[in-house]
Amino acid sequence: MTLATVLRRDLLLALRQRADVFNTLLFFLVVVTMVPLGVGPELETLRRIAPGVIWVAALLAAILSLNRLFANDYADGTLEQMLLTGEPLPLIVMAKCLAHWLVTGLPITLMAWLLGVMFSLPADAIGILMVSLLLGTPALSLIGAVGAALTLGLRGGGVLITLLVLPLYVPVLIFGAGGVEAVAGGLSAQGHLLVLGALSLGATVLAPWAIAAALRISME
Amino acid sequence: MLEAIDLECQRGDRLLFSGLSFRAEAGTCLHVAGANGAGKTSLQRILCGLLLPAAGEVRWRGASIRKLREDYWHELAYVGHLNGVKDDLSAEENVFFAAGLAGRARTREQARAALAQVGLAGFEDLAARKLSQGQKRRVALARLYLAQDAPLWILDEPFTALDVRGVANLAQRIGDHLGRGGVVVLTTHQDVPVPGRVRKLDLGAPPCGLEPLPDDGAAGAGEGGA
Repeated sequence: MTLATVLRRDLLLALRQRADVFNTLLFFLVVVTMVPLGVGPELETLRRIAPGVIWVAALLAAILSLNRLFANDYADGTLEQMLLTGEPLPLIVMAKCLAHWLVTGLPITLMAWLLGVMFSLPADAIGILMVSLLLGTPALSLIGAVGAALTLGLRGGGVLITLLVLPLYVPVLIFGAGGVEAVAGGLSAQGHLLVLGALSLGATVLAPWAIAAALRISME
Repeated sequence: MLEAIDLECQRGDRLLFSGLSFRAEAGTCLHVAGANGAGKTSLQRILCGLLLPAAGEVRWRGASIRKLREDYWHELAYVGHLNGVKDDLSAEENVFFAAGLAGRARTREQARAALAQVGLAGFEDLAARKLSQGQKRRVALARLYLAQDAPLWILDEPFTALDVRGVANLAQRIGDHLGRGGVVVLTTHQDVPVPGRVRKLDLGAPPCGLEPLPDDGAAGAGEGGA
């Protein structure tokens, strides 16, 4: 019930603030398309680095979108109201992360198909790339939200959140990009994907509690 | 119902108040008064449970609010000095989602009725960013018309930005709430036009426990603290 209300509210807000959402996705697209310009057009090189590049760009795009998660609610006082409801805060936070994933992680996953074609990845590698993003991006939203909650209301929070969250993204990056490379090398990506799924599931269970606690501290 | 025991509040290295104790029984309006920076907002945030007091505790129906948590917040309606109104949502959506968020699911019609009661009939579908400051305040206060099941209202400067009719309307609403056995804690610099039992808690005067400031004396009392 609360989950549905918060989800509807956040998606409606994302719809009204379309520009913010598009900026993140455009950033993702631009970063990835910059790489061939810098590295050079050799197809073999591009094909080899494509998974890593796309994953790194996805991490950066996720970081860029994190300040949208709580900062607006904090500034206009809605966050206070969320902390003072009879509903469990971790549930509210979970709904916010789900909404965040639906407008960043999911579109990034879909756009990866286009970028995979652009880097002339083989079809099975593109498939694994998308599956790995689908499994890994929820962890990006959830872990990032912990950082966003901790740095709420701090001066220079934007830089701090990057320093705080990027190291925590490392396992997701390694197993995400690693899975695609494994398939390109003729191996199975199953192990990588299972670890990614485990990371996201673990984050789903633990992160909401951490975010809720961090928000209460930030609001003091 | 609401009880504060030996509360102490420190912001930075400034002691705002200490040894503050009071009880507010059903049907009482507690008017928190005091100079700017005396700790009125801090006291309200402590009573809400947003801020931890340096010492002491707040009790609701005899139990500490730190233990009650969600059970306490379910009985609380808080309008802070930030409106909690989303600029990108319409007035009606704001009231509707705020009620849903507070765990008081209401229909769109009830949200519109609440807006009509704060004098915003006809503005329901207008984006909140297009409303004036006073109208936004009214959108925030419309929450109170949907919070009949919350016996405790904590209102920070509820009368700011409201016009004369708005003030009278809200005072009437608060009076009704007191008549039903509710408890209201509010801060305001105006005279409280609320009908019913109003008790004043002056943070600026020694009897209620505000100690003289430790070092720089009265000079600091005028600066913002909360």
